[in-house]
Order: sequence, then C-alpha cells, then structure tokens
Amino acid sequence: MSLSEIEATESEQVEQPAGNLRKEAWKRLRRDPVALVGFGLIAFFVLVAVFAPLIAPYAPDAQPGRGIITPTNIPGPSAEHWFGLDASGRDEFSRVVYGARQSLLVGVVATLVGMAGGLLLGVLAGAFGGKVDAVVMRIVDVMLSIPGLLMAIAIAALLGASLWSVMIAIAIINIPVFARLLRGQMLSQRGSDYVLAAVSVGVRRRPIVFGHILPNSISPVIVQATLTLATAIIEAAGLSFLGLGSADPRVPEWGRMLADTQRYLASAPHLAFFPGIAIVIAALGFTMLGERLREAIDPKYRR
Amino acid sequence: MTSTEPLLDVRDLSVTFTRKGGPTVRAVDGVSFTVRPGETVSLVGESGSGKSVTSLAVMGLLPRRGVQVGGQVLFDGDDLLTLPRDRLRDIRGRDIAMVFQDPMSSLNPVVPIGVQVTEVLERHQDLHGEKARAAAADLLARVGIPDPTRRLKEYPHQLSGGMRQRALIAMALACQPRLLIADEPTTALDVTIQAQIIELLKELVQDTGAALVLITHDLGIVAGLCDTVHVMYSGRVVESAGRRELFARPRHPYTGGLLGSVPRLDAPRGAPLHPIPGSPTDVLRWDRGCAFAPRCQNRVDACTEGPPPLESYAGRSLRCLNPLTESEEVSA
Repeated sequence: MSLSEIEATESEQVEQPAGNLRKEAWKRLRRDPVALVGFGLIAFFVLVAVFAPLIAPYAPDAQPGRGIITPTNIPGPSAEHWFGLDASGRDEFSRVVYGARQSLLVGVVATLVGMAGGLLLGVLAGAFGGKVDAVVMRIVDVMLSIPGLLMAIAIAALLGASLWSVMIAIAIINIPVFARLLRGQMLSQRGSDYVLAAVSVGVRRRPIVFGHILPNSISPVIVQATLTLATAIIEAAGLSFLGLGSADPRVPEWGRMLADTQRYLASAPHLAFFPGIAIVIAALGFTMLGERLREAIDPKYRR
Repeated sequence: MTSTEPLLDVRDLSVTFTRKGGPTVRAVDGVSFTVRPGETVSLVGESGSGKSVTSLAVMGLLPRRGVQVGGQVLFDGDDLLTLPRDRLRDIRGRDIAMVFQDPMSSLNPVVPIGVQVTEVLERHQDLHGEKARAAAADLLARVGIPDPTRRLKEYPHQLSGGMRQRALIAMALACQPRLLIADEPTTALDVTIQAQIIELLKELVQDTGAALVLITHDLGIVAGLCDTVHVMYSGRVVESAGRRELFARPRHPYTGGLLGSVPRLDAPRGAPLHPIPGSPTDVLRWDRGCAFAPRCQNRVDACTEGPPPLESYAGRSLRCLNPLTESEEVSA
C-alpha cells in the first residue's frame, strides 16, 4: 500500500501533460542531477522497505547473538552481522532494514492524511472566501501558533503510545501548511480570466472550483507533500525516540532504536550510527527531490 | 434596423467602485442604450472610458464587494441586475455570452479545449459523453479550427492565439445565444488574425441571428461591422448614431478626434498624424462640466460650467454644447 502511494505521487508528475509549464518542469527535473540523486535515495528506501524480508538475513525479533551479548560486550560490524548486534543480541542490519517499513508507513500515511485535511480546509477557504475563509484561517492560525513538535507530543500523548497516534499527531501538525498553501493559490486563481470566462458561460460554482481552480492550484501542494514526507519521517523518529511510538518493543523503529541505544553509547556507538544514518538518508532523498521539484515548477525559486 | 422590441435595454446604468479609505470612482455614469434582435451595436472609446465595465455589468460579472451598480439592464424584459443568481447563471452562456479580450489567459491552461467547450453544452443543453464531444467538434469546425476532433484533446498552449480566440468564440456560441458581447476580441491578436476573427464574428452573427455588442477602440472594426455606434468618454455616452451618419458627420469633437486620429493610407508620405491632445487622465468630473473639455478644441466657457445634457435629434444623441458643424474638417 505504501509503495503504490509513493508511486502514485511520482507518476502524477509524469503523466500530467497539463500545460506547457508542467511539461517543462518535468523536462527540467529529469536533467537535474540533484533531483535524480534524491529520486534514487527514495527508490532505494522504498525498495528496502518493500523487500525487507528478502534483504534482512534475520527476523527483526530473532536473537542470533543471545548468549554472546553482555552489557560490556556488544560486538560491532562483522562479516556475519554487517551492522553488528544490539544489546539484546538481535541483528542490527535486519532491524534497520525492517525499520524502513515503519518510517515509510508513518511518513506516507501522516503526509497523506495531513494533506487531505489541509486540502479540505484550503478548498473551503479558497472556494468560498469571505467569512468562511476568515473562520478557517483563524483556526489554522491557532494551529500554527503552537510549535509543531510540542503539539505532536501533546496529541500523541493524549492518544496513547502507538504507531497510529504518531501518524495522527504528525498529520495534524501538517494540516495548516497545506491549508494555507492551497487557499492562497486558489484565491489568486479565482480572479483569473479563465475563471471569468467560465462564469460568463454559466458554469456553476462547483465545477469551477473543482474543474478549473483546483487543478491550477495543486502543483505547489505536490511539492509541499514531497518535502513534508521528509519532515514527517524525522518527526516520527523523534516521537518514537521520546517513547510515544509503538508500545511493542519487538517492532523495529529507527527513532526507538536510537532511544534504546543511549545506555550503550560508550560501548557500542554503532548502534546509534546505523539507525541515525538511515533516518538521514530517507529524509534527504525526499528533501532533495522536493526542493528541486519546487524549483522546476516555479523558476522563481531557482538560485 | 427593425422596429421590434429591444432584446437588451440598458437604462441609466451606473457603476461605482468604492474602496476603504480611498475615493469612490464612478466608472460608468448614466449609460443607456438598446440592442434589437440581430442588431450589431458598438461601444467605442479609449482605455478608461468605461466600455469594458459596462459589458461586465451587463453580464453581472463585476465583483460584488466594493462595487455599486445602478440603473436597469433589461434583457427580454427581465432586469439582469436584480435577477436571482441562479436565474442569471442559467441565462449566461445560453442566452447571453461573452468573448473576452485576451485568448491567452481566458482558457484554462490545464484543461483540454474539448472539456472546456463540452462543459458549456453539458451545462445548458444536457448533452453528455459522445454526443457532447461530437457537438463540440462541430462547433470548432464552424469557427474554422481545422482537424477539430484532434484539437478537442489538446491543451490551450498547443493552439495559436487566433485558434484560441476561435475556441473561445466556439464556447460563447455553443448554445446559440441571442446576444453576444465581444470585449475587444481582437486587441491581443496580430493584425492579419484580427481581420479573420472579425470576419468570423460577422459571419456567425449573421448565420445565427444573434445580436452583437462589440466593445472596441478600433474604429476600423466598427466601420465594417456595426449598425449603431455609441461613443463613450469617461463613463458617459457622448455621441450615438448609426454607423453611416457617425462616420460621415461626427458631431462630438471627441468622435471627430477619434476619426481624425486614424492614420490614412491615402495621405501623402510624411503627413503628420492627428492625435487627440492630452490624455484620458485629463478629465473634468462630469458634474462640473464636460469631461472632455480639457482636451477639446471646440471648448466654450459654458463647457466647464455644468454637465452638458444628452440631446437627441434625428436618430442621433449628442452630449455637446458646441458640436462640430457639418462643414468642419474631420481632422481635429
């Protein structure tokens, strides 16, 4: 499910022959080395997540190192255990590989839900304007006035420690960004000539909003979604690190792995290094692609 | 020029723009004109004369906030200004349609041409699917777009400016409206394309029997197309007449100036052009006198003492205290 959703985001870019600008943007993007590297990192990350059972030599909760491990002897990388063993004698490489699934799932679901919520509010504000707009935007202002991570912690704590509460918390803190973005785009499109032309032949409000204004306002939202995937992955790791993620210790999750390793940092620094680098790679891929996508669609941002 | 009831009867239309903390601007001030079925009427004037605002007011397309519209716009006996919005939406596109100035921005860039044309048919004629597409292809063919079935799938950027204006005309004429308002339909086009589009409009109007309100600053277009001409200046009609009378004997100094400023092909090389002195920003407010007085060469003292009335005689209306006499040169 997560893979197909990622692919849907990507293929939307490919198959929309809509407008000169989008075609041009796609052309620019395909020739951009940074975007390609970003895309490569994302593809790598997604493939690892999907084929985790084939890649990982051990199950995530298997303890091949049981008996060898003592609090002072946690073996580092070796030919048999590429990333070494963790404090419970589990294969660190297998756990990092399986951890990709959690990060991808949380990132994609949280972003999609946040985007859906933001789009709903944005369409409301952008389509009706006036009082509806004022009310919706004040709600969004209130949400934005609370620091994101603080709010996420509060929401996750309120919902209880689980993967779902992490997703919902991250989704909620991302709603205002999407709502504002879409509202601004839609309001700027509302006064355009083609909308006037459509109104002048009697087209009703709904087809004008959904058939004309929305398709012209969606590009920056797609860019924002790509960038939000990166922050969502980091935020998910952060919430898990704080103990708000899944309550099941057997489920490998990068943020939680970092938290678990704190006590052994002196004797086994590799346990912090590998999950940490995994988070960086996943987030970096989405950031690189997102930034370049933004520049490709809107040349104003180009440096 | 029949004696039937007017299709469109604009009575004392006024449009005022208000802004918080700014002065109010009266863009259209007591404009009246009628359009009979099948008639072609032109509103002529330079930028800022209120001709486009008049057309938007007739269509009910002005924003509601900060705009006050007064007077009456009777279409078939209904006042469009007080009609419920639903009824107005039914009338737009079906009975009255509009062609806009800029074909580059008046088509939605991310929606195929075909969808934009069929949308109108679906809305008003309850045509759907294959039937709507076939009708849309017919329409494109009628406005002179070659290979219409293929064009339906294309996006606006794949069409040239002239083709886009043709597509917009097809959209406007999709439901055979009885009144077409064309707001500077050729201003954004090449000169050669301009002639083609005007020719097309002329043909379509004749074929469908639609009345046409043509808004333009180009007297050349008016000469070839219109039955009646209303010359506007600073929001008011200053002279109205049949096309022949107006061109043969302009009475208002502004009309005379407009005609005189058109470069002539038969003039000797190097002959000076005859612009109207000043600019449209040099206006007097109508309640203080004639708005054109600061630029007028026929000005007399009475012109700046009070608003000149619109007087009608012999099929012509004129708002001038010291009009051009018949013997006066057209060149201002």
